Amino acid sequence: MLRFVVRRLLQVIPTLLLLSLLVFWWLRSLPGGPATALLGDKATPERIAEINRGLGLDQPILTQYWLFLGRVVSGDFGTSTITGEPVLSEIARFMPATIELSVVALLIAVLLGIPLGYLAARYRGRPLDVATVIGTLVGVAVPVFFLGYLLKQYIAVDLRLLPPSGRLSTGIDATDVTGFAVLDGLLTREFDASLDALRHLVLPAVTLATIPLAVIVRITRASVLDVLGADFVRTANAKGLAPITVRSRHVLRNALLPVSTTIGLQVGLLLAGAVLTEKVFVWGGIGTMLADAITLKDYPRLQALLLMGAVIYVVVNLLVDISYAVIDPRVRLS
Amino acid sequence: MTTHPLLKVRDLRVVFRRRGEPDTVAVDGVSFDVAAGQVIGLVGESGCGKSVTSMAVMRLLPARGVEISGSIELDGVELLALSDSEMRERRGRDVSMIFQDPLSSLNPVIPIGLQITEVLRRHRGMGKAQARAEAVELLDRVGIPEPRRRLDTYPHQLSGGMRQRALIAIALACRPRLLIADEPTTALDVTIQAQILGLLSDLVRETGTALVMITHDLGIVAGMCETVNVLYGGRIVERAQRHRLFGTPRHPYTHGLLRSIPRLDSPPGEKLAAISGSMADNLPWAHSCAFAPRCPRVLETCLDITPDAETSGGRLLRCHNPVPASAE
Ligand SMILES: Nc1ncnc2c1ncn2[C@@H]1O[C@H](COP(=O)(O)OP(=O)(O)OP(=O)(O)O)[C@@H](O)[C@H]1O
Ligand SMILES: [Mg+2]
Repeated sequence: MLRFVVRRLLQVIPTLLLLSLLVFWWLRSLPGGPATALLGDKATPERIAEINRGLGLDQPILTQYWLFLGRVVSGDFGTSTITGEPVLSEIARFMPATIELSVVALLIAVLLGIPLGYLAARYRGRPLDVATVIGTLVGVAVPVFFLGYLLKQYIAVDLRLLPPSGRLSTGIDATDVTGFAVLDGLLTREFDASLDALRHLVLPAVTLATIPLAVIVRITRASVLDVLGADFVRTANAKGLAPITVRSRHVLRNALLPVSTTIGLQVGLLLAGAVLTEKVFVWGGIGTMLADAITLKDYPRLQALLLMGAVIYVVVNLLVDISYAVIDPRVRLS
Repeated sequence: MTTHPLLKVRDLRVVFRRRGEPDTVAVDGVSFDVAAGQVIGLVGESGCGKSVTSMAVMRLLPARGVEISGSIELDGVELLALSDSEMRERRGRDVSMIFQDPLSSLNPVIPIGLQITEVLRRHRGMGKAQARAEAVELLDRVGIPEPRRRLDTYPHQLSGGMRQRALIAIALACRPRLLIADEPTTALDVTIQAQILGLLSDLVRETGTALVMITHDLGIVAGMCETVNVLYGGRIVERAQRHRLFGTPRHPYTHGLLRSIPRLDSPPGEKLAAISGSMADNLPWAHSCAFAPRCPRVLETCLDITPDAETSGGRLLRCHNPVPASAE
C-alpha cells in the first residue's frame, strides 16, 4: 500500500513539471503583463521595463523557468506582485475558506446524491424517478453563476432568510483558530459564531454542490440499475435473504464502485466552481485570490494556484483509488 | 411415489408483456411433477423456456411486466399464492437454485465465507461462529481444499470449478427439499463438468434432495435423470423415462435432437443430422404445432390443429405424426 502511494506520487512529478512549464509559458504569452496591469494609465515604456527588470521578467523565459524551479524546490513560490506578500502565506490564509466551502458542498452532493440516485433506480419509471432525472438534467446544465445570483437575490435579498455574502456577520465576535469558521466556533465554544458561519455557508455550498450532486445522482442511478440486473443479485434473492441485506450488502456495495471514481473526478469541477461561487458570494477564499491575480496578471500567484489545483486533484484521485481498492478486492494496489 | 409429488407444476404459463412490443409467451402450459429424491431433466434448445420455468418456480421473475398463471405446488403449498415474505422464507431453505455462470453469480466484492454464512444465518438461525464452522464443513463436502482458508477469499481468486462448487455449497447449505440446477456446467470445461455433475449426483442422493436438471446437453440428462421432459417453444412435447426416451424417441424433435449428437461409433466423415431452421420459424401453439415448419414429418393437420398432449404407457407425447415406435 505505502509503496503504491509513493510510486503514484512519484509518477505525478513529470506531469507537474510539464504542467508548470505550460502554465509558465502560457501566462507570459498573454497580452499585457504585471507591469502594465499595475501601472494602468501611468504606464510608460521606461517604467514598464523597470518593473519587469525588478520582477526578473526581462530574462529569457527558460532562464526564468529554471530560476522558478530552483526556488520552488526550496519551497519559495515568490511574492505576489499585487501585495508583495509571499504567495504561500497568502494561500495559507485564504485556503481554509475555500476548503470549508468545497468540503461542505461535496458532502451535500454525496450524502444527498447517493440515496437519491438509489431511490430513482429502485422506483425506475415512476414519478420520483422521472422528477429526479429531469432535476439532474437541469442541475447539470444551469450555470453556477446564474444559480448563485438567483439564490442570492431570491433567498437572501428578497426573503432575507440567509445572509447574501461573506463568511461571518459584522459584529460577531469570533476567534480564529483553524481558519475554518464553523469549526472555530465549535472549538472555542462560541456557538453563535458557528451558527452564523453555517448560515453564511448554506447558499454558496448549495450553489457549488448543484453540479456534482446532479452528476452523482445520475451515476448512482445508472450504476444501481446495472447492478440490480446482475446475476449475483439474483443469487442473493434466490437465497431468500431479507430485502435490506440484498440492498445494502449486494446491490449498494457494488453500485458504489463507479460512484467513488466519479466523486474523484468531481473535485476538478468543484475547484472551478468554487472560483465562480466565491465571486458571487464574496467569499474571500482562493477563488477571490485567483480572480484578482488574473485581473492584475500576478504571475507568481497564478503559477502557485494552478499548480496547487493540480496537486489537490491528483491527491484526491489517489485517495479515491485507495478507497476503490478497499471496496473492490479485485483491484490490487501493487 | 406419484401419489404425492414434492413439486407439482400445472399449466404453468408465463407471458412477458412490454409496452410497445408484442407479448412473449415464454412458457405455455407446462405441467410436470418431481418426487422427493427424484432427479428429472428439462431439456430443449436455447430460448425454449427452461430458465423462465425455473425462475417461475423460484418466484424470481420480475413483478412488473410478467404474467404468471397456472399452479406451482411445493409439498401441497401453492407457491404462486404466497406473499413475497412467505416466499422469501422458503427460498434458499426449501427450494434453491444453481445458476449457469458461477463467476457472475457470486458477489465479486464480498468473501466466499460470508456468501455462505449469510444463508445459514438467515434460515438456520445460526450465530456467526457457528455459521462459519458450518461453512467450512460445507466447503469441505463440495470438495474445496483448505476450506477454512477459502472462507476469506473472493470469487475471482477461485477457479471456475471451485466457484461452481462454492455455489453448490450455498444452494445446499440449508438442505433444501428441491434443487433446481440451470445449466450448471455450461461455463466449465469438460473434465470439470464431469466432476461437478458427479458431485451434484452424490449430494442430492445423500441429502435426499430432489433435483431438476435444466440443460440443452442430452449427455448430461442421459447420465443423471430418471425422467426427461423435452421442451419446445414453451411446451413439453415429450416426456418419458430416460431409457425409453433415448431408446425410442417418438417426437420428431426429440428424435432430431438425439440424432444430432456425435457418436463415437459412427463412421468418420458422416454428416451429423442437424435439425433445420431455428426457433424463429416457430408457429404459435394456439392453432398449430410450433415445430411444424422445421419438422421432417410435418402433415397438413400440423399447420391447422394444435396437437394435444397424450399419455400412454408412461410416455407423454404431443404430436400428430410421431416417429413409429419400431423405427430405430
Ligand atoms: N425478461 C424477459 N423479457 C422478455 N422476454 C423474455 C425475458 N426472459 C426470457 N424471455 C423470453 O422467454 C423465452 C424463453 O427464455 P428462457 O431464458 O427460458 O430460455 P432457455 O430455454 O433458458 O434458453 P437458454 O438455453 O438460452 O438459457 C425466450 O424467447 C426469451 O426471449
Ligand atoms: Mg436459460
